[in-house]
Amino acid sequence: MTDESVISMNRRSLFKMIGAFAGSAVMYQAMSELGFAGESGYTGRIELQGDPQGASVLILGAGVAGMSAALELRNAGYQVQVLEYNDRPGGRSWSLYGGDTYTELGGFTQKAQFAPGLYLNPGPWRIPHHHLGMLDYCKRLKVPLEPFVQVNYAAYMHSSKAFGGKPQRYREVHADFNGHVAELLAKAANKSQLDQSVTREDREILLEAMREWGALDKNYEYKKGLLTSERRGYISDPGGGLTSDPVPSEPLAFGDLMQSRLWSSLSAGHLYEFQNMIFQPVGGMGMIGRAFGRELGNLIQYNAKVTEIKQDERGVTVAYRDSNTGGPVQHAQAQYCICTIPASILSQIPMSVGAPMKKAIDALYYESAIKVGLQFKRRFWEQDESIYGGMSFTDLPNALIGYPSSRYFDDGPGVLLGAYTFGANSIQLAAMPPEERIKKTVEYGSQIHPQYPAEFQHGVAVAWHRVPWTLGCAAHWTDEARAQHYDNLCAMDGRIVLAGEHASRLGGWQEGALLSSLDAVRRVHQRALAA
Amino acid sequence: MKPRIDILLKLIVVAALLAAGSRALQAQEIFAGGYTQQSGEDLYKGICQGCHMPEAKGAIGAGAYPALANNIRLIAAIYPVTVVLNGQRAMPPFGASLSDTQIANVINYIRAHFGNHYNDPVSVSAVKAARR
Repeated sequence: MTDESVISMNRRSLFKMIGAFAGSAVMYQAMSELGFAGESGYTGRIELQGDPQGASVLILGAGVAGMSAALELRNAGYQVQVLEYNDRPGGRSWSLYGGDTYTELGGFTQKAQFAPGLYLNPGPWRIPHHHLGMLDYCKRLKVPLEPFVQVNYAAYMHSSKAFGGKPQRYREVHADFNGHVAELLAKAANKSQLDQSVTREDREILLEAMREWGALDKNYEYKKGLLTSERRGYISDPGGGLTSDPVPSEPLAFGDLMQSRLWSSLSAGHLYEFQNMIFQPVGGMGMIGRAFGRELGNLIQYNAKVTEIKQDERGVTVAYRDSNTGGPVQHAQAQYCICTIPASILSQIPMSVGAPMKKAIDALYYESAIKVGLQFKRRFWEQDESIYGGMSFTDLPNALIGYPSSRYFDDGPGVLLGAYTFGANSIQLAAMPPEERIKKTVEYGSQIHPQYPAEFQHGVAVAWHRVPWTLGCAAHWTDEARAQHYDNLCAMDGRIVLAGEHASRLGGWQEGALLSSLDAVRRVHQRALAA
Repeated sequence: MKPRIDILLKLIVVAALLAAGSRALQAQEIFAGGYTQQSGEDLYKGICQGCHMPEAKGAIGAGAYPALANNIRLIAAIYPVTVVLNGQRAMPPFGASLSDTQIANVINYIRAHFGNHYNDPVSVSAVKAARR
């Protein structure tokens, strides 16, 4: 099978699953799939040769896209100015630390009271090993990275409607799913039911493979025993001395496993984007924004709310006011403009661009997503359940529980990602006041970890539809919208070019924002040299 | 998400409620992966106020969510019907996830509350006809 057909099968089967089950965990996978695309187009550090002769570029937005553009253009000799709505660099590349205050639309204010060193990443939280651009910028900006655990065999798969609501370990579901499927396939092969599609020689190899892959016994059966417990775990692990006998565990029955739908969360970790290795900045994703911000210093003007973007044959003029106090309208001017303002915001800003770009901007709404960080008195998931990093999946509205991939074995408190939800569940959670979202998240999590109520200390809930500067987490692209508008969104209109995750095929990923920015920078540079 | 799946999910949730009857599962009725609310008020509070805010007062940040309170643009029901069905700029479409009845109910609620006094409720069949 070619890579292409693997990809298309993957998509097909995924959409089929969405159609069939539409659970939160599946929705999560579907959202993950939205960002699915080929490997990063990063081809190494950008080289801008030629003298721009003091040409100026105004950059709107100090997120990953805006700040990478500012960095490269400054280094190439451009006069650069960045306008940013927030009072900090980073945009969606962001962490909430203890002491931080966050006010969402509607005026609901939360003060994060996480212990020192603990945080919630409301936006991106992982960098795949093939997101070469992000990894290179982290290296250049000296942002230390550490492994992010995606798949954890000790974490849970939970359905409130299966196995009496008792969470199953990933390793159990994984081993049993593979084992049962291997047994079925081996049976079919032995009964010569595959003869038309498999040669006799291949059938022998297939049987051998199924035995190894599924932990089947000599009769090609998947059943209780030490062989299968080596995969799914034991009732009592092998030990030493006189009490060393392992006690094997009982596999889940095939029918129960199928009907539980727990298998639907197995494929998440198979996605290219979620395969090992994955990285995270030490100390939170916010470290990337801080590093860029340090590098750019006073090139960034914070608390600047853009109110109008105009251009003529000589340059671009942007009107802005103080984000917090309003105040008088000020103007910034440059020969070129790289605009990284999310389309959801940009569609409301008067802007002198042609109809094709305007229609493309107007065609994008931003997805709903919610993340809830919960601080607990102790790391009970490690201490009681041997879960170090990774995530558990559930059909409850919180969709997943993410365990911190850092500070293992710490005696102090720890912060879990208590909810990471897209779609209808997140829209309904967003409609609640933050404290209610947190209460619900604790309620759901208690069904998976009964330690929750006794250990819970503090929570912060970020609902992306209420984030004042994005109105959602990432641009929603359909295939039809891409065909109609994507090229128009990305094409330079006069002296203005857009960048950001919305102007990429790696939607919702920092790498997409970065690559779109570098592509915009190259085009602006070409124009400036030709001028 | 297709409306049919919502119905399937509702059935599953109802069955689970009957079987378990626990408080935790009642929360799931709200969160069946779709929208189970039927009355205009429940739909507004469960969905719309996430962006348009409690009391429909809207919100302003770098961009804005329009206030639906005292909103003259609601004078013709077909306008909000079209926006809810198809979305508009930052507003996501809800045509695939809400039924004609749900959409009629929530629009009739909004047009008769929050300082709006439009006395010509939109019919379910009018919503159905507005789908394209």
